[in-house]
Amino acid sequence: MVDFGGWSMPVQYSGIIAEHHAVRGNLGVFDISHMGQFFAEGAGAAAWLNRLLTNNLDRLSVGECQYTFLLNNDGGVIDDLIVYRIADARYLLVVNASKIDEDFAWMQAHLDPGVQFENHSEHYAGFAVQGPKSAQLFDAFFSGQYSRPARNEILAIEIDGENYYIARTGYTGEDGFEVFCPAGRAVKSWNDILGKGAAFAIKPCGLGARDTLRLEMCYPLNGSDLGADTTPIEAGLGIFVDLQKTDFIGRQKLADQKEQGVKRRLVPFKMTGASPPPRSHYAVFKGGEKIAETTSGSLSPTLKAGIGMAYIPTEFARINEQIEIEIRGQRFPATIEKKPLHRPNTATN
Amino acid sequence: MNVPDELQYAATHEWLRLDGATGTVGITDHAQAELTDVVYVELPKVGAQVNAGQQICVVESVKAASDIYSPVSGTVTAVNDALTASPALLNTDPFGEGWIFQIKIEAGEDIEHLKSAAQYREQIGGADAGGEV
Repeated sequence: MVDFGGWSMPVQYSGIIAEHHAVRGNLGVFDISHMGQFFAEGAGAAAWLNRLLTNNLDRLSVGECQYTFLLNNDGGVIDDLIVYRIADARYLLVVNASKIDEDFAWMQAHLDPGVQFENHSEHYAGFAVQGPKSAQLFDAFFSGQYSRPARNEILAIEIDGENYYIARTGYTGEDGFEVFCPAGRAVKSWNDILGKGAAFAIKPCGLGARDTLRLEMCYPLNGSDLGADTTPIEAGLGIFVDLQKTDFIGRQKLADQKEQGVKRRLVPFKMTGASPPPRSHYAVFKGGEKIAETTSGSLSPTLKAGIGMAYIPTEFARINEQIEIEIRGQRFPATIEKKPLHRPNTATN
Repeated sequence: MNVPDELQYAATHEWLRLDGATGTVGITDHAQAELTDVVYVELPKVGAQVNAGQQICVVESVKAASDIYSPVSGTVTAVNDALTASPALLNTDPFGEGWIFQIKIEAGEDIEHLKSAAQYREQIGGADAGGEV
């Protein structure tokens, strides 16, 4: 067990590699109760959120969601999150556990009158069911009663008088669902998922596999790959930034970077030969010069090679560029790769 | 957790099997469980001289890199090259095929600081329920 954003959480249940392969090839479930849930409601909620978040909420129909960023005044990332439009003028925001207090304080400090904004993080538990058999598990629960939400859609349902949200989202690259339910239903929901999932050989999965799965997809981890001094443009996530919006916090910096270009870009790399696995904060070398530090690193159980990410000066941030990662004083060759490092073949249906 | 009676243990979770003046060293079953899947072993160099308690090699799991310390002072005489191709032997057979190195123990070396199986069991007591890592 490790501390993660103030929560005591398992790194693994049966083994990181076995859990990783379960999600890639079959089915796994993660306890994501640590994540935060905010609700924003009111006629002005969309306009208010649009001034705080980089993506464009006007594109969301009821029942849809989008990945987006909450930025500081300098365009740096406070948090990356998913915003779900759960009713005409009601939004659910799912944020990182370690950022709940900071996000909420920042958003409240910029709150528009007439918008009801509440932090319900303590009231919700969450579970991410991920893997190619996720749809089959959904059907085992709800066959005939509800149809599966499509990718990036959310279903609000009532079970025994309590509200559940079931979204077709995740952090692994595989098909899957994220379920948010009242905290009092956490144990029952977890056991129900494991119970019904037994027919599909579901495996409970910990933080270790969550990290290797997301890193293969090059999904950033806030606090490692994103932070107050990095922007979504530098992170290569500009598609979640709508610069057509004339006004949102941090916009000026992003517009400048879009126009003038960035000095560095977050890119994935793969170790070229046998090497120890890269970790975060390892030095990156090019032509004998230190050019960067890694922000994430691990062994990829799928690729069976060391992988990682780093903010590389733009002149070298190209696919197939050769770099070196320094590990305990020795430099090992690596190649800058295309995102994602692994492309799952799961079809969402 | 398996803690063989015939071995000596360091508080840093290495085991030592004595055979005259030579010792074989590995990590304990408890240590491999805490480390999670081992994916890389940086072996010591044959001929390296170490003091008891000195960092001698590195074992990497999916999760993290961990230093391994020599339980005794001496000179490394052999390393388990099989770990280069099969680092998971540390997980599957920590007291057997997963041995890491052999060491010629320095003359007059005192191994009183090492723990018996019973003392080591006491150290990791309750760890089966999942100790902090």
